[in-house]
Amino acid sequence: MLEVNKINTFHGKVRALWDISLRIAEKEIVALVGGNGAGKTTMLYTLSGILHPASGTMEFLGKRIDEMSPHQIVKMGICFVQEGGKPFPDMTVFENLEMGAYVYETWKKKKETLDQVYQIFPLLKERAGQLARTLSGGERQMLAMGRGLMSRPRLCMFDEPSYGLAPLLVKIFFVSIKTFQEQGMTILLVEQNVRQALEIADRAYVLENGRVVLEGKSGELLQNDHVKKAYLGL
Amino acid sequence: MKRAISKKILYPVLLSFIFIIMVMMPPYVSPYTIILLNSIFMYIVLTVSWALFSGPTHYLSLASAAFFGIGIYVSAILGDKLPLLVVIGLGGLISFLLALLVGLSSLRLRGMYFTIFTFGLSELIRHSVQWWEVNRTGTVGRWVIAVDHTTVYYVMLAILLITLVVTYIIKHSKYGLALLSIGESEEAADHIGINVNAMKIITFAISTFFMGATGAIMATRWTYIDPSIAFNPLFSFMPVLMAIFGGIGHIFGQILGAGVLTLLADVLLTKFPYYYMLLYGMILVIVVLFLPKGLTGLKEEAKKWLKVD
Amino acid sequence: MRILEGDGIIKNFGGLAAITNVNFYINQGEILGLIGPNGAGKTTLFNLMSGSLSLTSGVIRFKGENITGLKPHQICKRGMARTFQLVKLFGNMTVLENILLGSLFGTLTGIRQSNALEESLELLEFVGLSGMDGILAKDLTVANQKRLEVARALATKPELLLLDEFMAGLTPTEVSLAIGLIKKIRDKGITVFMIEHVMKAMMSVSDRIIVLHHGEKIAEGIPEEITTNPKVIEIYLGA
Repeated sequence: MLEVNKINTFHGKVRALWDISLRIAEKEIVALVGGNGAGKTTMLYTLSGILHPASGTMEFLGKRIDEMSPHQIVKMGICFVQEGGKPFPDMTVFENLEMGAYVYETWKKKKETLDQVYQIFPLLKERAGQLARTLSGGERQMLAMGRGLMSRPRLCMFDEPSYGLAPLLVKIFFVSIKTFQEQGMTILLVEQNVRQALEIADRAYVLENGRVVLEGKSGELLQNDHVKKAYLGL
Repeated sequence: MKRAISKKILYPVLLSFIFIIMVMMPPYVSPYTIILLNSIFMYIVLTVSWALFSGPTHYLSLASAAFFGIGIYVSAILGDKLPLLVVIGLGGLISFLLALLVGLSSLRLRGMYFTIFTFGLSELIRHSVQWWEVNRTGTVGRWVIAVDHTTVYYVMLAILLITLVVTYIIKHSKYGLALLSIGESEEAADHIGINVNAMKIITFAISTFFMGATGAIMATRWTYIDPSIAFNPLFSFMPVLMAIFGGIGHIFGQILGAGVLTLLADVLLTKFPYYYMLLYGMILVIVVLFLPKGLTGLKEEAKKWLKVD
Repeated sequence: MRILEGDGIIKNFGGLAAITNVNFYINQGEILGLIGPNGAGKTTLFNLMSGSLSLTSGVIRFKGENITGLKPHQICKRGMARTFQLVKLFGNMTVLENILLGSLFGTLTGIRQSNALEESLELLEFVGLSGMDGILAKDLTVANQKRLEVARALATKPELLLLDEFMAGLTPTEVSLAIGLIKKIRDKGITVFMIEHVMKAMMSVSDRIIVLHHGEKIAEGIPEEITTNPKVIEIYLGA
């Protein structure tokens, strides 16, 4: 479904991604793990169109997306839930969720999608009329995830979804990810919580210093010595 | 390239040299030059003192005209009753006290709201003085006691020197660093022991002292003043423009901006009396578009250009 | 000695009751953990302690002194420092300048500039940022930014340090390193009050934990008691 071939992305003069290649098949859950500064967020920024690769190609469902702007990429069915959420602070929870379904096709189904989102995150239903700015850190995260889901994406990319979430919510979230997969969604997960990410993902890539250093089935990676030492704290 | 002489010795020597030339200059140059220099000195003081507070904290004040104007009015009212230096000191002092009040009342305002508040305040003062002059004292328009240009020159030079020294000392002390931190994150600054409110108010007030003192001495360039001359909003906008034009981050940039723009205005006015505003505006726009860091950013931009070639 | 005490803390935002009648204390030298579901009021409690927010009612005592109503800079000078959930660094200033400011302004007694410089460089090393003194704070990785914020807080010579989600966004290995840093801080004699969701960290460093839910304290005790408390499991930990 998604094929990335040898992309290189720069932040100004500094190269953040070096010849990165990866692929995601339909209905897969793929995890991208690595330490701070490894390039995971840069990868997501490049996939979502916020940054453009200096070289290399990216294809989604057969179409080249490496030159597209973010809103075109959303139209193609890729959604990006940023770290920390970044909801629209002066709009209510409900309005934020509505905005997620902005693209015309999804707008028509918005009531249905909203009910689904409220089922997964009942807290959002509780706080539907509250301004996003008054939510706590973890609540904003939830709101951003809900907003992303409102666009009924084919591929959903999450940047640190467990960041600042209470353990109970982290569990709920990862269970929901499985549910989304069953309903036909493909998921790309960037996570510092390496253990949890590997437990739920089908496959994973390990990034270090902007390069892919390991890839494979997550079960294998969990047993890998380097992964255990460098990331699992074992 | 190795420096033969270290910066620490070179700069003070250079500056002292320039200062000595400035002091000795008047007898040898035309009155026109002296008057022009007075204007340049005035704008440098306004710009540097404005930037003392607004530069690092990013609280853009548009009230400079209010404080400058107060200095002018102090001179107009007391100029014939008290010695010159006392009048100038009072101009500065009253501005300082008013600034303390303004600071206290605008404490909770941030960003754009602060800027609009200061502008509104400045206009309020102008209209209040106008009202007072019309209805109470019946003295709209006042004569200002004349002082010869050379005296103005020396007084302005002294004020300029004091302003630069004080600004430099503050900027390079821990208070300068603290002011920068307030511009970066007020809440964090508060939490590491910096009394943010006190620092904002006091720094703001200090900056207005120089504006008021300058107003008191420069009042003499107009023999007649009224509120719309004294509190002309242009004196609020020009320091901002000059600081941005020259480079708001460094004192040198502020001086350069004020000097160049004042000179430019004078040159354009004499050479192109009909198009001067148009040309002036165009130059401002072009510089800001291509040199976001102002003239002091020219060195950086030049380096980039040369590397490309 | 109880270094920090909160008595009958109530905070309302208009009609919203954010904190309702919370009583707690921290013993000098211990590490007290604060957990609770998102939106429970944990950061709000910190804001009340550090002076960012004013109490609706209640009393806060620090080292026996009533500090209710004091401003943040006054509380900092008395020996309480904090970090923020979303890092608040002086981004366009260097790493060293960030720490230096804490050292220059954070204490009641002044300090000489040369001493401040020396102390700041020592703190740089203490948190593991040696050699980065000239880098702009905004150019650091998130993990290093958090370390810098801790260094800056430590520069104010606190007796009590409030850490707000210090571990968020760290890999398990980075979490272990961070735990090491917290233990080093405790060994220096500084009391620590920390909000955290990373349970591994909570369990390994906290002496006691209090649990907040909808603005009320619903549990308090040693880590083992808390993690086996059925109510806590229900609303926070999950099965």
